[in-house]
Amino acid sequence: MAKAKTRVKVPKSVKKGEVFEAKALIKHKMETGQRKDRKTGEKVPRFIINKFTAEYNGKQVFASDWHPAIAANPFISFHAKASESGTMVFKWTDDKGKTVEASAKVNVA
Amino acid sequence: MQRFATKLTASFAAAAIVTIAMGADADVGDKYGAYKVEDRRSGFTYATKETQRIQVDDFENPAMIWVDDGEALWNKAEGEASKSCASCHNDAAESMKGVATVFPKYDPKLGRMKNVEKQINICRTERMKAKPWKLESNEMLAMTVYVRHQSRGMPMNVKVDGEVAPFFEAGKKFYYQRRGQLDLACGHCHVDNPGGQMRANILSQGQSNGFPTYRLKWQRVGSIHRRFRGCNKQVRAIPYKAGSEEYTNLELYVAWRGRGLPVETPAVRN
Amino acid sequence: MINKLEMQPVTRRDLLRYAGTGALAAVAAGLLPAMAQADAKMMADAMKKLIGDKKPTDGKITLELPQIAENGRTVPIGFEVDSPMTDADHVKSVHIFADGNPRPDVASFHFTPQSGTAKVGVRIRLAKTQNIVALAEMSDGSVYMGKAPVKVTIGGCGG
Repeated sequence: MAKAKTRVKVPKSVKKGEVFEAKALIKHKMETGQRKDRKTGEKVPRFIINKFTAEYNGKQVFASDWHPAIAANPFISFHAKASESGTMVFKWTDDKGKTVEASAKVNVA
Repeated sequence: MQRFATKLTASFAAAAIVTIAMGADADVGDKYGAYKVEDRRSGFTYATKETQRIQVDDFENPAMIWVDDGEALWNKAEGEASKSCASCHNDAAESMKGVATVFPKYDPKLGRMKNVEKQINICRTERMKAKPWKLESNEMLAMTVYVRHQSRGMPMNVKVDGEVAPFFEAGKKFYYQRRGQLDLACGHCHVDNPGGQMRANILSQGQSNGFPTYRLKWQRVGSIHRRFRGCNKQVRAIPYKAGSEEYTNLELYVAWRGRGLPVETPAVRN
Repeated sequence: MINKLEMQPVTRRDLLRYAGTGALAAVAAGLLPAMAQADAKMMADAMKKLIGDKKPTDGKITLELPQIAENGRTVPIGFEVDSPMTDADHVKSVHIFADGNPRPDVASFHFTPQSGTAKVGVRIRLAKTQNIVALAEMSDGSVYMGKAPVKVTIGGCGG
């Protein structure tokens, strides 16, 4: 998954204690394990991202477990609260245990 | 052909349902905003609110990842000439602005029309001395999306007269030619019946201003020629090849049909 | 009818009020006979695996679903759970199920008081018209449930 591409967004600036929205996209086929290869007729093995987490300044603020019903090129939006400026680290983990990280800074005014 | 035979029953069923309801649009004023010019409506106006919402936010639109990929490729030197796109064209935001509005364009050397994909491969083989990209490859889609994206919001404005006229006429002829086991021309769905239904789907005007487009069906980005192939298959006709002269002329005609509509690349559609 | 289907200004929340227009009903009618309702045992097992023998109470969860999904391969859904999200009283987890998919489990989401609000948007795959079920586990051990149907368009050029 080293080549996986991501896009993440948080507000540049929030007020102290304000709840803000974070958005994250990643390019991934999310193979369900149900699909058959058109040419060979054989089932394509399952290969999905099964975990997505977000840490703010090293502390987990959101986590999720994904099953094959999550659509290809997964999008997720969630919320967090910040009492100080810091960095949100987004982390995706696939079926092979490989991880991809992306980060974004939040300025607490 | 065997494949067509097995689908015959299904196609008759589909043919029966092609008694398409008329799109009696009661739309007045500018409720579609920039997505409508005179009687021409972007596919955006036929999409559900949910699909529209995915398109308009650059951090929800999954095709923006292809735009990012294209930007990285733009700056990557390749081939014997060790050149990148940026070596000649510098900043795409400046040099590629407006390009999507005027392609396909006539190429005197080829003696025919070329679309953005063809131009990219001409640059790769002639300027960069690199291998051409396969149509529909990740690289080609990413670069095409990136180049066309630089014109987002600008009105489609292809040239159709002068030396282009015979190619435009060929594209128009293709558009109104009945084909396939369903004996349907492009125009039967997209001129006569936009707003109506083909089975459970709403028919649009078949505009090209958002291509390459992220289709929910494909779960990825795809080209206008891939869409043409899909349409041709759906009327049970044998599709032409992506990149063929037939489809390039058709691309020109379809671009003219959408004249004035804003480039939306990368759009999100069903 | 067609105009309604296409242009009706529905909010995603309208789903809960969800009274199909003629056009929508017509679309659904075609699907209903083939709509084998959920393998109830699979659903029950999937839910039990996550919440044990706890009995969920209706409420607290607002589901944001499209009235009609243009394509089952990418269906945007969202939810929000009513909670103060304090150390003493917050949402711990929300589990989403789709009762007509080959596997009913879709995803689980885990929150902390630092989440601020238990509100999530995500895109899922739905094999056909079916119910979305959400279970919210609270910090006091109680479990709430929300459930609503989504109609999935099948067939035609996009299907």
